[in-house]
Amino acid sequence: MNTTPTRSGRLGLAFTAGLIFAAGLVLSGMTQPLKVLGFLDITAAWKGSFPGLWDPTLAFVMGGAVCVTLLAFAWTQRLTSSPYLAAQFHEPARTQIDLPLLAGAALFGAGWGLAGYCPGPALASALLNNDALIFTAAMLTGMLITKALMSRNAKTSG
Amino acid sequence: MITFVTFSKQISESILMFANFNPFFTAAIGGVLIGAASWLLWWGLGRVAGISGITAEALTAPRHPDTWRWAFLAGLIVGGCLLGQGLEIPSLPTRPMGLLICAGLLVGIGTVWGSGCTSGHGVCGLGRLSVRSLIAVLTFMATGMVTVTLMRGAA
Repeated sequence: MNTTPTRSGRLGLAFTAGLIFAAGLVLSGMTQPLKVLGFLDITAAWKGSFPGLWDPTLAFVMGGAVCVTLLAFAWTQRLTSSPYLAAQFHEPARTQIDLPLLAGAALFGAGWGLAGYCPGPALASALLNNDALIFTAAMLTGMLITKALMSRNAKTSG
Repeated sequence: MITFVTFSKQISESILMFANFNPFFTAAIGGVLIGAASWLLWWGLGRVAGISGITAEALTAPRHPDTWRWAFLAGLIVGGCLLGQGLEIPSLPTRPMGLLICAGLLVGIGTVWGSGCTSGHGVCGLGRLSVRSLIAVLTFMATGMVTVTLMRGAA
C-alpha cells in the first residue's frame, strides 16, 4: 500500500473520531462527575417511588452507543475486507475471563465511583477543570506503572 | 481564533439548552455520537476505540511510527475543551486532592490490568458481543456502585 498519501488521512481520521467522541461525551453528560455519581448511586432508586433519587440518564448513553457499535461490528467487515486506511482489522483476540480482567475492572470501578471520571471524560475535560487535570495526571501515572510492571512480569515468566 | 472560540461557546450553550429540554434524548444522542466515533475508527483504521488502551499505548510507545493514537487523543482533548467550556457549570465543588489522586491511580492501574474501560469494554466490547467485556462491564459497574454507596454512607 502507498503509505505517503494515507498517513495524513489516517491522522485526520483519528483526530476527527476523537472530536466526535468528545462531542458525544460532552453532550451526554459523561464529563459531569455529579451526573456520573448520580447514575452509580443505585441505592437512591429505593428512595421514593422508582427511580427515586437515582439518575438513570447515563444508561441511555451506553444504550445509544452500543446500538451503533452493534451495527458497526456486525456490518463493517461484511462491507469491506480491510479498513479504509489500514491493512487489517485489529480485533482484540483475548476471550478468557481471568484474574487480571476481574481485578483490573474491579479497581477501575472503584476509582470511577470515587471521582466520577472514567478515562475518556477525564481527558476531554483535563484542560478545562483542575479536578480533571489532577485526576488525569494520577491516571497516566497509574497506567505507566502498571504497563512497566506487566511487561517486567511477562519477561520473567516467559 | 477568537471567533472560533465564540462559535464553539455558542454551540456548547445550545447543547446546554438542548440538554435541559430532554435529558434522556440528549444522553442517547450523545451515546450515538460516541458509537459513531467508534465506528469511524473501526471502519477507517480497523482499531477499537478504547480510550484507556489508546492512552496507555501512546504513553509507552510514544515514538511508534504510527501516531494515529496521538491524533485521536488530540481530537478528544481539543473537542472536550472547546465544546465543554459553555458547560463549565459548578457541577461539583473542588474535591480533595488526595481523593482525586487515589481515584486516578485506581483508574489508571485498573484499566491497564483489566485491558479496558467504559469505551473499550463498554461501548466497543458490548458491540462486539464479547463475553469477556460483558463480565468486565458488570464488574466495574458493580464496584463503582458499591464505592458510591459507601462514600454516600461516609459523607
